[in-house]
Amino acid sequence: MSDASLIDELPGELLIWVLIVSELLVFGAGLVAFMGVRLTDPAGFAEAQSHLYRTGAALNTVVLISSGFLAAKALHWRQTDRRRPARLALIAAAALGVVFLVIKGAEYAGKAAQGIAWDTHPFFTFYYLLTGFHAAHVAAGVALLLLVAWRDAVPNIQASAQFWHMVDLVWVLLFPVIYLLG
Amino acid sequence: MKYQSQKIALAYFAVAMALFAVQVLMGLLAGWIYVSPNFLSELLPFNIVRMLHSNALIVWLITGFFGAAYFLIPEESEREIHSPTLAYVQLAILVVGTLGAVLTYAFNLFEGNWLLGKEGREFLEQPKWVKAGIVVAALMFLYNVSMTVLKGKKTAITNILLLGLWGLALLFLFAFYNPANLSLDKMYWWYVVHLWVEGVWELIMASILAYLMLKLTGVDREVVEKWLYVIVAAALFSGILGTGHHYYWIGAPGYWQWIGSIFSSLEVIPFFAMMAFAFVMVWKGRRDHPNKAALLWSLGCATLAFFGAGVWGFLHTLHGVNYYTHGTQITAAHGHLAFFGAYVALNLAIFSYAMPILKGRDPYNQVMNMGSFWLMSGGMAFMTFVLTFAGTVQTHLQRVLGDYYMDVQDQLAVFYWMRFGAGVAVVIGALVFIYAMWVPRREVISTDATQPAE
Repeated sequence: MSDASLIDELPGELLIWVLIVSELLVFGAGLVAFMGVRLTDPAGFAEAQSHLYRTGAALNTVVLISSGFLAAKALHWRQTDRRRPARLALIAAAALGVVFLVIKGAEYAGKAAQGIAWDTHPFFTFYYLLTGFHAAHVAAGVALLLLVAWRDAVPNIQASAQFWHMVDLVWVLLFPVIYLLG
Repeated sequence: MKYQSQKIALAYFAVAMALFAVQVLMGLLAGWIYVSPNFLSELLPFNIVRMLHSNALIVWLITGFFGAAYFLIPEESEREIHSPTLAYVQLAILVVGTLGAVLTYAFNLFEGNWLLGKEGREFLEQPKWVKAGIVVAALMFLYNVSMTVLKGKKTAITNILLLGLWGLALLFLFAFYNPANLSLDKMYWWYVVHLWVEGVWELIMASILAYLMLKLTGVDREVVEKWLYVIVAAALFSGILGTGHHYYWIGAPGYWQWIGSIFSSLEVIPFFAMMAFAFVMVWKGRRDHPNKAALLWSLGCATLAFFGAGVWGFLHTLHGVNYYTHGTQITAAHGHLAFFGAYVALNLAIFSYAMPILKGRDPYNQVMNMGSFWLMSGGMAFMTFVLTFAGTVQTHLQRVLGDYYMDVQDQLAVFYWMRFGAGVAVVIGALVFIYAMWVPRREVISTDATQPAE
């Protein structure tokens, strides 16, 4: 790009950063819309929120952050030529991603059992849209982590670790706003 | 002209410009019908005029894209087009199909016939045999250009251009699927209409613009390519799920209102990036290219696309706004400036750049060409403003106060008169442009700095 200095200082691929910024814009806009609609019906939103399974979501936060830590370690190990620990860390990170999805799936199943769907209340429209989109990213991230555990060049691991941290970051934004905000 | 087969582009450009003339004349006629509603109502009903205006647009833009591809692919991949004969056969099929479609519509031939009659689906109303012809022509085209690129040098510009053209052809296949359920019908219909203009066409636009910037400004290819990839990523990221902004009121589930609103809002970004790209390249560029008209059209394209597609699109893309403005003249305002800025100006930019090269001479008639730019762009901007005001009044009277549609139309007459005036300017501009392209004369401005201006 024209102002090469600034862009060149970014670690990793430029396009990954474009993706990360785009994702943050989408989830950010979703959260802003959620907060906006919430203003129109605070009581209804609070009531709907009380049906959420907060402990599971808190557990998922720990799971995802641990997974992000492993992905970061994997890059570090790969950069210092410890390929085997790097690969194992990536596989473990992906496994924790699967754990996240299992807990998330149990949460969705619980909602379905209570007869709660995306159109039950505007709260749940946002709940399903935001956490659903996020879960789709977790699934994509698991696939990416496994892919780079196999094709383990440094730039590959770096790109998927960047993606995985973005998925982490988005969850850390979603969790307090959707689950905790009283 | 470095490669003989680039000459193919000349035939495509000729057909494109002929259809361009038809398109704007039909537009003028439709604009007149707005102020004098019974004009030609028996002979050529408004729905046919409108269809010819919009479909001629689509067909000539695509013909222009094909021509642009045949012009720039030999240069980029550094070899002749795989089969020039195939390219001319492809053009012949497209011309026959276009004529067949127009005659079928205008005289309503073979009504109800599954193969020969029109299908009655707005924009995709072509008889099935024409659709099949389009697919055959598209396959010939893709085979021809893909073979050329595969055997030659691969650049980011040709890669993105091919991706866009393949997408264009593949998405057209949804035109064959016409479910009886009206909601499903519309859903797939937008796969063609939206994913073209807000998806794969943007790839074609970005790559042609990148090619023009490379040639006109002399900026390093590496820099151009970096911008190109970022623009394309932003276009696909926002454009694909941005389709949701067409699903608000067609019977699709309500979550599309949020998906559509959020993603389509981001569609402004690639258009802004294309505008920034064009201007930064010109500022950074060290080359003083003699073809000033092509540069003016390129910058005009990027700028008007940002306003027409980006700003005017965002104006009514949020579902809370669109609930009121849907299908009013606001839509018409956006449609006109978006198509003109993004795709008409892009085609005219590549025509302006390529025609002197194809004719083997220095840039000619540049003053006339640039005059036509200001006439067309000024007319189109005026039309956009007028229709925006008309749409605002219409939204308030019809959607807020609940007045009857036709009563409101009467109130809008003054805007329709002004729109007709703006249309006259655009048509004159278009005809001046076509004249400037095909009737080369002595240049008024000397490109030689040692010569005083005449």
